[in-house]
Amino acid sequence: MRALITVMLCAFASIGHADRIFVSNERGNTVTVIDGTSWEVLTEFNAGQRPRGIIVSPDGTKLYVCASDDNIVRVFDTTTLEELHTLPSGPDPELFVLDPSGRRLYVANEDDNLVTVVDTQTHEVLAEVPVGVEPEGMAVSPDGRFVVNTSETTNMAHFIDTQTNVIRYNALVDQRPRYADYSPDGTRLYVTAEIGGTVSVFDIAEDGSPTPAGKITFDVPGVQQEWLQPVGGLVTGDGKWLFVALGPSNRVAAVNTQTLKVEKYILVGERVWQLAFTSDEEYLLTTNGNTNDITVIDVDKQEALRSIQVGQQPWGVAVAYGLN
Amino acid sequence: MRRCVHILTAAVLVVTATAATAVEVKLGMVRVDYPTLRPISRLDETPSDSGFSGAQLAVQDNATTGQFLGQTYRLDTRNTMPENALEVVRKLTSQGVRIIALSARPADLLAVADAQTDTLFLNVSASATHLRAGDCRGNVLHITPSNAMRADAVAQFASVKRWKRWFLVHGSNDVDRVMADEYRRSAIKFGLDIADEREILDTGGARRADTGHVAVQRQIPVLVQNPSRHDVVIAADASDVFAPYLPFHLWDPRPTMGASGLRPVSFNPATEAWGGTQFQSRFEKLANRYVTEADYDAWLGLRAVGEAVVRTGSNDPQVLRDFMLSDAFELAAFKGQPVTFRDWNGQMRQPILLFDGRINASVSPQEGFLHQTSPLDTLGLDRPESPCTAFEGDP
Repeated sequence: MRALITVMLCAFASIGHADRIFVSNERGNTVTVIDGTSWEVLTEFNAGQRPRGIIVSPDGTKLYVCASDDNIVRVFDTTTLEELHTLPSGPDPELFVLDPSGRRLYVANEDDNLVTVVDTQTHEVLAEVPVGVEPEGMAVSPDGRFVVNTSETTNMAHFIDTQTNVIRYNALVDQRPRYADYSPDGTRLYVTAEIGGTVSVFDIAEDGSPTPAGKITFDVPGVQQEWLQPVGGLVTGDGKWLFVALGPSNRVAAVNTQTLKVEKYILVGERVWQLAFTSDEEYLLTTNGNTNDITVIDVDKQEALRSIQVGQQPWGVAVAYGLN
Repeated sequence: MRRCVHILTAAVLVVTATAATAVEVKLGMVRVDYPTLRPISRLDETPSDSGFSGAQLAVQDNATTGQFLGQTYRLDTRNTMPENALEVVRKLTSQGVRIIALSARPADLLAVADAQTDTLFLNVSASATHLRAGDCRGNVLHITPSNAMRADAVAQFASVKRWKRWFLVHGSNDVDRVMADEYRRSAIKFGLDIADEREILDTGGARRADTGHVAVQRQIPVLVQNPSRHDVVIAADASDVFAPYLPFHLWDPRPTMGASGLRPVSFNPATEAWGGTQFQSRFEKLANRYVTEADYDAWLGLRAVGEAVVRTGSNDPQVLRDFMLSDAFELAAFKGQPVTFRDWNGQMRQPILLFDGRINASVSPQEGFLHQTSPLDTLGLDRPESPCTAFEGDP
């Protein structure tokens, strides 16, 4: 069966130049694979216990999945979907980032107040960096000099110098910071705070140091403030827009990064969690944990186009560009 | 050792609104131990480190954060007999500990708070509503939910389930009767009907007897026989005399809520939502046992202080108290929304978990119970109902 699927996928691969989309299903213990052109679900495969964080390597060949309850990172071939190997992750890995070279993986270990640095080629743990209580969100600066980790109970963003694996800067943010994302030019950092209900914005200097540049707040008439919980966040390539997944309010906010004001709220599925762009940022994909689907948003029009049913309780989404 | 080196080199630069200056914060926890009977169920035995382990975890969490800000924490814990409570507190304050989590019954709590007005106390165990009303004190913040909040949490759930006719079964001690009054008030507040009531007399005696369930199975149905038609049984048994026996020995088969069945609690070891798993892991690693409400309340109180220290850069009890009561304060507490304080009586606003002993069946406030300020203020004494004046004239 697996061989047949592989043949089918290879057949798809030879047809188009679109994307292949991977969705981790936290409760279903699977990854759903979707064709980025036809929006068809191609297959769903086992990805270990409680798959959450999910990323594709910069060269598009490997899929990394945090199997949180296996305490391990599983690595799959994005074409054949075969499991290639595993990587040590430290306990309870949830979110991670790869440095721009794809050589180092930085994993947040919620239970141990650590960020684990793993060499993706030798599969060795290079360092464990002590951070605040309940590390969660991870971001890497575009030049790879800094990795940012957010700690949910300490309420800080920690800036780890990737040369020394030591924290260089700390910045206080609001309650329960979930996710961090740099602007593509590296001059801005956005940190979402789930319980605080805000996104903290920092200007990043030449030396990587952060300066507070404002806060983004959210307000939807008829929706209780408590439900506007910023989780995933993603900046467009031109740096002009920030999209923020607002969890149980079932909305994605489109934020103008010049004014730091929300210009539009896009209604998506229930408990919207993480975000990813397709090729050329044509579409924005959202995982909706309680409706078991992903929403496809037209980035230019800022409109939801369609939803695609995936596995049980989708958590993260990653795209292999031009693979299908 | 390598970890220590990292931590030391970590405190390099912090971007905050306040200057990161070295601050030492001295925290205390005083637990007054009362002579009590054994609980009906041995699963409810109080561990010897009850509350203290929660306090320790809070200080550990505060210190992990504080290392990045040059803030250090010290915790002194004391347990004492009621007659020595004041002396123990005085000794701590004379050593410079002026922020104290206090686990004591209402009378002792008031005596201590009135004797040490320059000290900030966090009430981490007394649920009596009068401490938030006529007997409120400006130097006492209430972490533990009031009985009014708990009764309202039950009433909202009953209302959502359309269990509108209540059979109220309460004990004969003062604390039980006061709890019954809470449910009567709550029933009126949410338009529910007390269809029938029974009082079960506390005849004293030991909690354990070798006859076990046999006597109970005969006695309880008789005590609650022939009630008026009702949808749910509400148990008010603060003395732990009969409630655990109710659910399966009722005259009419109905769900039980309150002191048994579905119970309104601040926290429990089953809570995994909203990041709760991480809290449970940290606590269990520290204490080698499951968390209790006493531990969670102590943790929450001292974490609230830690959060105020982080945001203000101060260790002054007055500064911290004022900040905690202000709109600027909020804290993530593993309950899905920020917890804050009511500035009219010092009560912490928080969701109440409805726990069946194994899982959270629901969490109040229930959807649809709206409020002009916060849905959390649909639980307990709201500003217009509060007779408390000790917080008036605050900034």
